[in-house]
Amino acid sequence: MTAPDAVPTRPLIEIESLHKAFGPVHVLKDNTLTVAEGEVCVLIGPSGSGKSTLLRCINQLEEPTAGRVRIDGVTQGYEEEPLADGRWQRLSPKQIAAQRSRVGMVFQRFNLFPHLTALGNVMEAPVQVLGRPKAEAEATARELLERVGLADRADHYPSELSGGQQQRVAIARALAIEPELMLFDEPTSALDPELVAEVLTVLKDLAQGGMTMVVVTHEMGFAREVADKVVFMADGEIVEQGAPEQIIDDPRSERLQSFLASVL
Amino acid sequence: MSTATTSSPPPAPGADPIPGRIRAKGSPRPGTWISAVIVALLAAALLRFLVVNPVFDWTTVFTYLLDVKVIQGVGWTLLITAASMVLGTVVALTAAIMRRSSNPVLRGVSWAYIFVFRGTPVYTQLVFWGLFTVIVPKIALGVPFGPELFSFSTRDLFPALAGAIVGLGLNEGAYLAEIIRSGLNSVDRGQTEAAKALGMSDGRILRRIIVPQAMRVIIPPLGNETIGMLKTTSLVLAVPFTLDLTFATNAIANKLFTPVPLLIVAAFWYLAITSILMVGQHYLERYFGRGFDDRDTGPSAKRSRQAAVNSAGTTPKDTLPEVEL
Repeated sequence: MTAPDAVPTRPLIEIESLHKAFGPVHVLKDNTLTVAEGEVCVLIGPSGSGKSTLLRCINQLEEPTAGRVRIDGVTQGYEEEPLADGRWQRLSPKQIAAQRSRVGMVFQRFNLFPHLTALGNVMEAPVQVLGRPKAEAEATARELLERVGLADRADHYPSELSGGQQQRVAIARALAIEPELMLFDEPTSALDPELVAEVLTVLKDLAQGGMTMVVVTHEMGFAREVADKVVFMADGEIVEQGAPEQIIDDPRSERLQSFLASVL
Repeated sequence: MSTATTSSPPPAPGADPIPGRIRAKGSPRPGTWISAVIVALLAAALLRFLVVNPVFDWTTVFTYLLDVKVIQGVGWTLLITAASMVLGTVVALTAAIMRRSSNPVLRGVSWAYIFVFRGTPVYTQLVFWGLFTVIVPKIALGVPFGPELFSFSTRDLFPALAGAIVGLGLNEGAYLAEIIRSGLNSVDRGQTEAAKALGMSDGRILRRIIVPQAMRVIIPPLGNETIGMLKTTSLVLAVPFTLDLTFATNAIANKLFTPVPLLIVAAFWYLAITSILMVGQHYLERYFGRGFDDRDTGPSAKRSRQAAVNSAGTTPKDTLPEVEL
């Protein structure tokens, strides 16, 4: 076979035996997951199954209790090797911020900065974090807003935008740091039904552009159409993973079958 | 237009587009009239009393309203108000950030500062700062418990004006610290998360994201505190600082044996400055409220959120067919 599929794909995100406990509550139990470069990985599962926590561990909004997360081969949050006494040296806040700036994240509730315009939101990180000159950052920000279909909303404040528009600005803001991968935490769950499509279209464009994406969502249509890999989580564990047609159309486990019955 | 065939013809220009508009007659409300007359009569009586009663001596009021000493007093009062509020705000911001710190020493020191300065009378504190040069006659820099490197006398560097400003500023800082802390806490946690996810450092998140949003909550009470401070400056006699507005009018009153007209002069100026401060507060609130309400300034002024949503073209007819849901 000489198809382009034969090119070996490089693993971009490697999650190894990850555990997360909030006090006595064990929300993530021994999760191992690899996402290849350019792959779109969709996390599904009932609420409280740990999807969002797993996602938040990838860009260190949560610290893992055990296990590791590597992005592009680099351990997140800690030095590569343990110290002589077996403890792990935590990275400095500056180093952690630098690691985070390579990962874009989009939140369920948008979390746009309300005191800045759409343009200001998108320019903030390039100017403040990457140190780009303002004019250059503005030009890039306008391009990004155009890409999400909001060129004419650049000077509007978030409170003047619909939910779908706010979420598209949030996607542009995340893209502005030129991330290697994008994380989406239920990006359409806070939207009115008629506004969901406009956000999913942007996600689809991104996926087709080759962006590595991890998406937590309840939109099964989106998962089926866009995902390369669907991961089903329940009670803090990855229960099944595989191609969308395999997971959504041919579920093996009983839990996945009953979950799909309730959402489809 | 061929589409007009199904709709009714447009109403003639000038005609009411709403048919059968209700022409309502109000129900009788005698209470409104009776209460208005009573209150108006009382107000008129008070006005007459102010004009007729010789104690008010309006000629003296007008003579001294623009007296040089009075105007200088206004200037000093403004200076002390502004300087002590600036000092108070800087101290308060520091204390509020220390209170939020994960470092227990910083938290503890901040708590103790607020405890002491909020819990003792400002008058007592002003007297203390007046005695500062006696309590601490010189300040020396050196190795703690070791040799002294250099020193200077506080008497040369700490005039009564400094005592007034430091005394009022540190007292105010304790109150403002609580106001600023509640302002910082009012900002949604998602804002910090979003900024972290962009790779922003904690300092930058505070400066660029948290503080600008907290200002919206902080400004109204800060305005109140400024107006309060304007009047609290009348206590600087405790230091003693003797050039402010209250002291100036009191001095004239004691010389003339006419206390009431000069109280009115002082009251007039305090009211005038308060009015100006209120205008300033209004504009500050508008500036820091940008993006939070629809009464915005700038290119997006007078746009309601709904209008924006409607004009956005994101109505169902815009659904994108390739995404099957």
